[in-house]
Amino acid sequence: MDRGGSMLVKNPITSDVLLRAESLSKSFGTVPVLFSVSFDLKAGEVHALIGENGAGKSTLMKIMSGFHSPTSGRIFYDGAPVTLPRNGQAEALGIVLIHQELNLAEQMTVTENIFLGREIAKNGILDKSAMHKRVVQILVSVGLDISPDTRISQLSIAQKQMVEIAKAMSRNARVLIMDEPTAVLTEAETRILFAQVDRLRKQGVAIMFVSHKLHEVSEISDRVTILRDGQWIATRPTKGLGLDEMARMMVGRELSDLYPPIAEADIDADVALSVEGLSTQNVHNVSFELRSGEILGFSGLVGSGRTELFEAICGLVPMQNGAITTFGHAGRFATVAQARDAGIVYLTKDRKGKGLLLQEGMQANLTLLALPRFANRLMLNKKQETAALARAVRRFDIRARDPNVLAKDMSGGNQQKLLLAKVMEADPKIVIIDEPTRGIDVGTKQQIYHFIAALAAEGVSIVVISSEMPEVIGISHRVIVMRDGQIAGTLTGDAINETQIVRYAAGLNEEKMHA
Amino acid sequence: MPDTAQTQPASNKPKIDLKMYGPAIALVLLCILGFSLNTAFLSEGNITNLLTRSAFIGIIAVGATFVITAGGIDLSVGSMAAAIAGVMIILMNSLIDVLGTGTLTVVIGAASAIMLGALAGLANGLLTTKGKIEAFIVTLGTMGIFRSLVTYFADGGTLSLSFEIRGTYRPVYYESILGVPIPVWVFIMVAISGWFLMNRTTFGRYCTAIGSNEHVAQYSAINVNKIKTWTYVIQGLCVALATVIYVPRLGSASSSTGVLWELEAIAAVIIGGTVLKGGYGRIGGTILGALILTTIGNILNFTDLVSNYLNGTMQGLIIITAVWLQRADWGSKSKT
Repeated sequence: MDRGGSMLVKNPITSDVLLRAESLSKSFGTVPVLFSVSFDLKAGEVHALIGENGAGKSTLMKIMSGFHSPTSGRIFYDGAPVTLPRNGQAEALGIVLIHQELNLAEQMTVTENIFLGREIAKNGILDKSAMHKRVVQILVSVGLDISPDTRISQLSIAQKQMVEIAKAMSRNARVLIMDEPTAVLTEAETRILFAQVDRLRKQGVAIMFVSHKLHEVSEISDRVTILRDGQWIATRPTKGLGLDEMARMMVGRELSDLYPPIAEADIDADVALSVEGLSTQNVHNVSFELRSGEILGFSGLVGSGRTELFEAICGLVPMQNGAITTFGHAGRFATVAQARDAGIVYLTKDRKGKGLLLQEGMQANLTLLALPRFANRLMLNKKQETAALARAVRRFDIRARDPNVLAKDMSGGNQQKLLLAKVMEADPKIVIIDEPTRGIDVGTKQQIYHFIAALAAEGVSIVVISSEMPEVIGISHRVIVMRDGQIAGTLTGDAINETQIVRYAAGLNEEKMHA
Repeated sequence: MPDTAQTQPASNKPKIDLKMYGPAIALVLLCILGFSLNTAFLSEGNITNLLTRSAFIGIIAVGATFVITAGGIDLSVGSMAAAIAGVMIILMNSLIDVLGTGTLTVVIGAASAIMLGALAGLANGLLTTKGKIEAFIVTLGTMGIFRSLVTYFADGGTLSLSFEIRGTYRPVYYESILGVPIPVWVFIMVAISGWFLMNRTTFGRYCTAIGSNEHVAQYSAINVNKIKTWTYVIQGLCVALATVIYVPRLGSASSSTGVLWELEAIAAVIIGGTVLKGGYGRIGGTILGALILTTIGNILNFTDLVSNYLNGTMQGLIIITAVWLQRADWGSKSKT
C-alpha cells in the first residue's frame, strides 16, 4: 500500500467505466439466484441498485466486491478482466464493501480501527503519532467531528458508518459499495451521509448504493439498475425516472397458487386484540385491531419496527406507552408467560437464535413454551410429552429421520414446522408469526400457508409479519404497512397489491402522518 | 441430503455411548487398577472410607451441576463452606451456655448453616442475574469475601468446636445406619433428589434450556433470572449440607478449610460429562466424577507407585483426558 502519497485518489472525473460485470450468474447449490446480470459502475457516479427482497441485490453486490465468486460471467476492472480475490481482499485493489452490519472492533479506538491490519510501525513498534496525524486528516476530509481516540462503542450508528467510510478512504478506495447504508439512520444522519457521498463522487469515487428507500435513490443517484427475481430489468438515468415507475419495475409478478383460498373475513367477529397508542424505543404511537379468525399482514421494510411492536406486545421488549386489550380484558404483559397465559404467542423469525434449542431433540423443543401444561406442579409427565410429539409430527407433517434427531440436524422447513408446533402447544387464540417462511423451500412454504389458513378458519387470529410481499398479499385479509416505527397505511381488498405496499413502505403515500 | 441422513447416526453412535458410559468405565478401570495394586483396595473398610470422603465434594458437585447446566459457574463454594463452618462453630460454642450441649444446639447450628448457605447462594444468584455481572466475576469476588471472613472470625488461627459439644455432634460424621455411614446416606439422598430435579421436573428442563440458549429460553416464556438464581441457591444449600457433615470430622474451621473445593467440584461435574458452557447436565455423571477423583487419591495412598504428592497431577491428567475423550471427534465427522 502506498502510505506516503496523497490520502485520497483524485481521479479526474470521467465517464470511464471503472468496474463492469458481464453476464454474471450465480447459483447456491442447485438454487439459481442471479441470471446473466450485467452491471457497470463509472468513476464519479452513484449507481443505485434496487429490487425486492430476494431479487439478487446482495448477491450481485457480494460478487462485485469479491465475497462470492460468480458461477459464470466475467468482471472487468479498469477495462481488464479480473478475478477478484475472495473474502474482502478486493480492498487491496480499491474495491470496498461496507456491510449493513458494520465491521468494526467495538472496543478499539477510531485510529486503531482505521489502521487495523496495516498499522504504521517502525521496527515492530507502533508509530502512534503518525497514525494519529493521518486519522485526523481523514476525519476532517470526511467531515466527521470526533476524536481519533474515541472507542467505537461510544459512537452512534451514523458515526460508525462514517468511520467505515473513512477507513475505506484511507485505503484509497476507488469503488465503494454500500449495502442499505440508510436503513438504520435517522433523517438528519442520512443528510450527513449523503453530503459525504456527494463529496466522494466529486472526488471521482465510483459508488454502488443499495437501498429500499426510493426517494433517497432518486435524490442521491445518477443511474438506477432494477433487479427482479435475479434478472436484470433495466438500467436508467435517475433523472426523469419517476418513483412510481421504479416501484412498478421492481414489482410485476403474478401470484401463483402457492396460497390457499382464504375465507372471507368476518368483519363482525369479536375483536381479539386491540392495541392503542403503543410506543417503544423505535415504535411510535401504533394502534390497530385484530379480529377473531382474521389474518392480518404486517409489511414494511426491515427495521420499520414490526418485530419490535409485537415483541413489546408479548412482553419481550419494554413498552413506553400504550394500552393492550385482549378479548375485552385490558392489560399489558410483563413477561412472555403472561402473554402465553392470555392466549397470545409470538413465533420468532430467528429460528436458530431464539426459536429452537439446536442441541436438543424435537421433544424438549416442542413442549418448552407450554411446559407447565405437561407438569403436575414441578413434576413432568413424560407420557403426555411423548403423546404430544406424536400428535404434532402428524398434524404438522414434521419429517425427521428418527424421533431423537437434534434440532440442528433438521432441515429449515422441518425446523419451522417444529417451531409452529411448539407455539401451538400453548393452545393460543392469537398467533403472531414473524417471517413464516424465511429460508425454506417452496413445498414447505405452501404447507405453512395452508396451516395458517386452517388455523384462521378455526377462529384463531393470526398476524403475519413478512418482508416477502407476495406472501403478505397471498394470505392476508388485511395488510398494515409500517414505516419508521409508525403505521404508514392499511390496505384491504383489492387495494392489497405490491405497488401500494411499496408506495407506503417507501414513504410515497403519506397518510397525513406528519400532520 | 439423504446421504448425510444415513451416515450421521452411524458415526454419532460411538461418541454418544462414550459420553454416556465413559465415566462409569473409567471408574471401573480405576477400581481394577487399585485392586491389582493392592487387594485391600476393595476391602469393606476402604470402600466405606472412599465413599465417605467422596460425600463432601459429591454433594457440592450436585449443586454445581445445576449452576453449570444453566450456563453459570460458582467459584465461591470452597470459601463458602469455610465461612459457614466458621459461623456454625462460633454459634454452637456460644449456644452451649444457653442451651447446653444437647441435640438442640447442634440442630440450631445445622439449621443456621443451611440458612447461610441459601443466603450466600441467593447473593451470588441475584448479583449475576439482577446485577448483570458475569458469574465468574461475582463468585470470584464472593470467594475472596467468604475466605477472608473465616480468617477474620478465626483471628488468623483456627476456630475449634468446644469439646463439650463434639460428643453430641460427632455421630453425624462417624456413625452408620445399616452399615452405611451417615455422610454417605446424605450423599445418596442429595444425588437422588438432584437426579430427580434435573431429569423429571420443569426446573431441570428450564436449566438445560437456559444453558443451551438463553434467548430461546426467554422467548419460550421461561423466567430466566428466577431459574438461574435458584441454581445458585441450590448450590448454596448443597454447600451448607456438605459443611454440616464436614464440621464434626475435624471439629474446627480455619482459613485453609475447603481450599480448592470449588475446583474439585467443577472437575467432578466436567468429568461426569456435563458441558462446561451449559445446556447439558448429568447428575449421575457428577456422582461418578466425584468418586473418580477420590479414588485416584485413594489409590495413590495405597501404593508406592506414584508419590502421594502427585495426587493433583493425576487428577489433572484425568480431567483433561476425560474432556478430551468427550469432545474429540474421533475422526469420524468432518465437521470442524
